[in-house]
Amino acid sequence: MTGAGADPRDPVLREEARSTPVLAVEGLHVAFPGRSGPDEVVRGISFTIRPGEVLALVGESGSGKSVTARALVGLAGARARIRAEALRLTGHEGRALDLLGLSERRWRAVRGRQVGFVLQDALVSLDPLRRIGQEVAEPILAHRLLPRDAVAGEVQALLARVGIPDPAIRAAQYPHELSGGLRQRALIASALAGRPRLLIADEPTTALDVTIQRQILAVFADLARAGHGLLLITHDLAVAAQVADTIAVMQHGAIVEAGPARAVLADPRHAYTRRLLAAVPGPETRQSWLSRAGPRPERARDPRPAEPILEVRDVAVRFSRPGGAVDALAGVSLRVRQGETFGIVGESGSGKTTLGRVVLALQRADRGEVLFEGRPWSTLPERSRRPLRPRIQTIVQDPLGSFDPRDTVRRILEQPLRLQPGLAAGQRAARAAELMALVGLPREMLARRPRTLSGGQRQRVAIAQALAGQPDLLVCDEPVSALDVTTQAQILDLLADLQHRFGLTLLLISHDLGVIQHMSDRVAVMKDGRIVETGPVEDIFAAPADSYTRRLLAALPALPARAAPDAAAEPIGPSDAARAPGLEIHA
Amino acid sequence: MPGSPRSRTAPAGLVVALQRLGVILSVLWAAATIAFVAIKAIPGDPVAILTGGENVVDAAERAALVARYGLDQPLAVQYARYVAHALAGDFGQSYQYRLPVITVIAEAAGPTLQLAGAAMVLALGLGLASALVSAGRRGWLRGVLSGLELVVLSTPVYWFGLLLIVLFSFTLGWFPIIGGDGIPALVLPAVALSLPLAALLAQVLRDGLEEALAQPFALTIRMRGVGEAALRLRHALRHAALAASTLAGTLFAGVLGGSILTETVFGRSGIGQITIQAIRTRDMPLLLGLVMLSALASVLINLSLDALYRRIDPRLRRAAP
Repeated sequence: MTGAGADPRDPVLREEARSTPVLAVEGLHVAFPGRSGPDEVVRGISFTIRPGEVLALVGESGSGKSVTARALVGLAGARARIRAEALRLTGHEGRALDLLGLSERRWRAVRGRQVGFVLQDALVSLDPLRRIGQEVAEPILAHRLLPRDAVAGEVQALLARVGIPDPAIRAAQYPHELSGGLRQRALIASALAGRPRLLIADEPTTALDVTIQRQILAVFADLARAGHGLLLITHDLAVAAQVADTIAVMQHGAIVEAGPARAVLADPRHAYTRRLLAAVPGPETRQSWLSRAGPRPERARDPRPAEPILEVRDVAVRFSRPGGAVDALAGVSLRVRQGETFGIVGESGSGKTTLGRVVLALQRADRGEVLFEGRPWSTLPERSRRPLRPRIQTIVQDPLGSFDPRDTVRRILEQPLRLQPGLAAGQRAARAAELMALVGLPREMLARRPRTLSGGQRQRVAIAQALAGQPDLLVCDEPVSALDVTTQAQILDLLADLQHRFGLTLLLISHDLGVIQHMSDRVAVMKDGRIVETGPVEDIFAAPADSYTRRLLAALPALPARAAPDAAAEPIGPSDAARAPGLEIHA
Repeated sequence: MPGSPRSRTAPAGLVVALQRLGVILSVLWAAATIAFVAIKAIPGDPVAILTGGENVVDAAERAALVARYGLDQPLAVQYARYVAHALAGDFGQSYQYRLPVITVIAEAAGPTLQLAGAAMVLALGLGLASALVSAGRRGWLRGVLSGLELVVLSTPVYWFGLLLIVLFSFTLGWFPIIGGDGIPALVLPAVALSLPLAALLAQVLRDGLEEALAQPFALTIRMRGVGEAALRLRHALRHAALAASTLAGTLFAGVLGGSILTETVFGRSGIGQITIQAIRTRDMPLLLGLVMLSALASVLINLSLDALYRRIDPRLRRAAP
């Protein structure tokens, strides 16, 4: 290990505490022992973070960004081999801390106290069996920062600081009792509890709706303004655009481009950065592919565009819950035309997934009906629906759960083919290989099991399985929400390509407005089990009539490289949290 | 959703208590009914079945029995009387001991409770210690401990009993060889009985701990600067306790029902001993009492487990009745 116990930091640094980086990383390497020698996943990266600075480390999964973050708190794993020219933290009162070769005990003094860490999805990142207050208090108790009787007050102050109303009530609740946004704020509060100067956030807004995402990013912006240094790990350049001062783009373990956020976003130099930027879907990308250059071909429209392939008539679904019934759908009507992509956008709980299940006839409607090609569908008995089922197929967010883990890809693809009469084993095998080619997977993968595939590969298998029955309508429920931006771009391009080639009709359900704007011809905006607005996607988003649609649009991150100059990524302004008292670092 | 059922209204607690009582009574009623049907299904003279053989009792006693069980009454009346007596804890006289069944059971219950309780506490302690020190570790300790658990699980419990007696009673003379009273007499049988229980509990606890330690929240906690021991004790153990408490409850119900082998090896009295005697001598009233006792024990343990689950996991509280 280079630098371990190296020169004692000269006192000059202490004088310039304000401009001294909170974190300085020089030539960081992380390697894991592999089958053929060490496998280097981080290859000599360097960066610094100053007080009040937000550095976004951007890259796709496997680029080494999360390993980098974990290495900074000594949690990259027991097998990780870490080496660096310097790994230096400026601690409380400007003390320089060398992070190389720390013992486990000294690491514990760093974690939570010098560096706060926020992971994604607080539902699983907070201990679900403990109260919010206990979770937030833990760093205070672990580092013995306050006498026990002062902890409860401090916890409430922390919750208020990240913009949680009624902190006393929230502190007594459990993570599952809070909304996703409040839960994520609580997770941030627990990372702040040890009063660290450096915060590391690893995909802190992935899995959140756009409006919530914007609020959470605003909390980070406030914390930076209060003097915290912030390392934001994300796969999404659009997220980085909202809060980052500096962006470092990481690929294959190396930083390929770094600089001020505006410069990187407006004038990307490296091909990989340009690819990442181009992969972000939105209204400007409607005419082009996301994962490669060139215009997308115009769709071959059905000669009778008025003929709906799917008609939903005044459908209502009510679920009974402890504490009263919930209207998941409260009278929804829509018509989907042959060959179009119909987008359904809304936040979690808006009823869009229930609508998808009603269309698939997996959920009975309490009222109303669904027609397929003008004939009854939802009202049919299951026996007479079964022969029609191959024509309406679905793709879900995480296909892993819908595959039998013991099955090979071949079995997964042949399963729907077995239902087709008169298909001999040889023909089935040929068809499976054909399906693999359609979704751009190598034929050798037929022998693999779903668990050994990447998220993007799995989604391709799910698409191939859906295509096996030669469907006319594909219900895609959050098909790309679990994927990072570059993989998402490939899957969206694949769907668009398949639609073009086979004249598929897509019912695309998503919480991501960018995805909907990129893909859809027409769109319905859902809220609380109703459609608040519907029409051609250009019209709806050019002149949204409903206030909810406007709110969704406002939360959408914009990228300066593509948007009009006046709409360029405006940095997030002070939030409610900024007005809360005590928003400064008490070190 | 805010507001656990506990906080909704004051009488909710009363409602829940009444519901639980209803559950207990219906399980006991079902047990009594099955026992009644079983007796009626056995062909032959009911008095002979009750007394464990032909001509065991004289005419006077026979008449008393017929009157007591209402054998001269219609079936419905017999059933109603039988269930009413059974629910009141009145199972009649044990023929073998010439004492009320309830007295026989009460006398045997003392030593059994001591043995079962001591064994359970020991098993929990040993299982916890083994799981906590070895979960998620790759070293030799884990290998040794899980190897030991396998050996213990595949060895019959009386073999341990004999080994312990040979070692500690014959060779070292620390504990009484057989029978006896008080704590010294309890140590060896409790240890022998607890070993397989501890091995099972350790395996389930270790699985639970390892699953919890692999969750994202465990990473969050480590990133707060919390030490490994605190992470295990304060967080992971609670997650592991869900599955382990189910197993512990089942095991406890089992040892409460009598540990015949352990009692025999160590010459102890207890539920196991009277059960085997009752079966051998066809002491039907005593057997029926024992059936009711084990039904009561398992329903009580299951209700306590339900309450315990809700204490452990707040997410289950919403679904509380």
